[in-house]
Amino acid sequence: MENSRRTFLKIAGISALGLSAKPVFNAFAVSEEHGGKKEAKVLPKKGALTAKRWALVIDTTKFKSAKDLEPIIEACHKIHNIPVFENKRHEIKWIWEEEFKHAFPDLENEHINDRIKSLPFLVLCNQCQDAPCVRACPTKATFKQEDGIVAMDFHRCIGCRFCMAACPYGSRSFNFRDPRPFIKETNKKFPTRMKGVVEKCNFCSELLAEGKQPACVEASGGALIFGDLEDPESEVRKLLKSNYTIRRKTALGTGPSIYYIV
Amino acid sequence: MPEEKKIYNKGFVVAGLIIFITIFMFPFWYNLGKAAPVPEPVLTEKAKAAKECIEPKSYMKAEHMQILDDWRSSVVRDENRVYVSSKEKEFDMSLSNTCLDCHSNKADFCDKCHNYASVNPYCWDCHIDKPKENK
Ligand code: SF4
Ligand code: SF4
Repeated sequence: MENSRRTFLKIAGISALGLSAKPVFNAFAVSEEHGGKKEAKVLPKKGALTAKRWALVIDTTKFKSAKDLEPIIEACHKIHNIPVFENKRHEIKWIWEEEFKHAFPDLENEHINDRIKSLPFLVLCNQCQDAPCVRACPTKATFKQEDGIVAMDFHRCIGCRFCMAACPYGSRSFNFRDPRPFIKETNKKFPTRMKGVVEKCNFCSELLAEGKQPACVEASGGALIFGDLEDPESEVRKLLKSNYTIRRKTALGTGPSIYYIV
Repeated sequence: MPEEKKIYNKGFVVAGLIIFITIFMFPFWYNLGKAAPVPEPVLTEKAKAAKECIEPKSYMKAEHMQILDDWRSSVVRDENRVYVSSKEKEFDMSLSNTCLDCHSNKADFCDKCHNYASVNPYCWDCHIDKPKENK
């Protein structure tokens, strides 16, 4: 008698345990249907251009007037869906022209030669080595990539504009309005931005990934040279070695990656 | 003998009650028997020809938002732009250029379910929804 009661209890116990485990098994079954896939694998694109630190050399001796800069600016603004606003205060720009005295205020010289005085300089985000915009951004929407490019994650930008205040070069623009209606010709391969985010030059990351040179470099006819600053054999390093170059506002310690041959 | 209970202003009260109940129940009656059918997203010819999406359908149905979220982080943050599916096929991780290349009918594919489920993803504020159109 006692024996059989014991058996009964045992069986009952095991059954209860089994029943209580069912939801757990159910959960597994569900996850097998949905997430049974193994960890997704991701890879960098084959044939992508890579570097330790991307840099750009701008040979200003190849430019005569603002006309020479137009196709370069146009190329960039076209592929990146930059809107055109009549109102200057809403202006979005990734690359534009600037007078010497504004681009290089610390090299201000009353009696500078005529060529430099009248020459338009091409300016863009300097992809700073120690970028103040990256430090200022509270959401890490602005961050530094491993190849030295200061990138933006528009998904995370909250539009606080701290980065704009921090950037000493005015390289950043804020979308005060929805840019879409003001884009002349949309490049369907590249996203637009939305109202309320900041944007700037991205060194054409999306083109580098396809193994292509940045759009401005392509359009410059050899006046802009792009390469790896950390590679002593690179084209940019050779140019830097054989030419006198200047950078913008180096005294601020941001370490710009854009060099100007003057 | 207890006094008989009576409702004061009976006419107004009953009329008021009827009006109240009618208005209150209106949405229920209005939608009676009209439960919106579960939408079936439409596949384009290209999507049909491909037979399978980047992963099995059930997985895509349940997890596409998670996949897109992972893609975003991977592409934007880590510069890893290629996805290797569970069948070892490689895809460019791009909403506009990969997903919508096949599913070029956002209105009949994405929006149908999103509207039904009343979700409003803001992907399209920036990502262009019809990469193949007016080229
Ligand atoms: S130029 Fe301005 S926006 Fe560009 S990296 Fe430097 S601080 Fe940031
Ligand atoms: S505006 Fe955007 S990118 Fe700039 S600091 Fe704020 S969150 Fe960062």
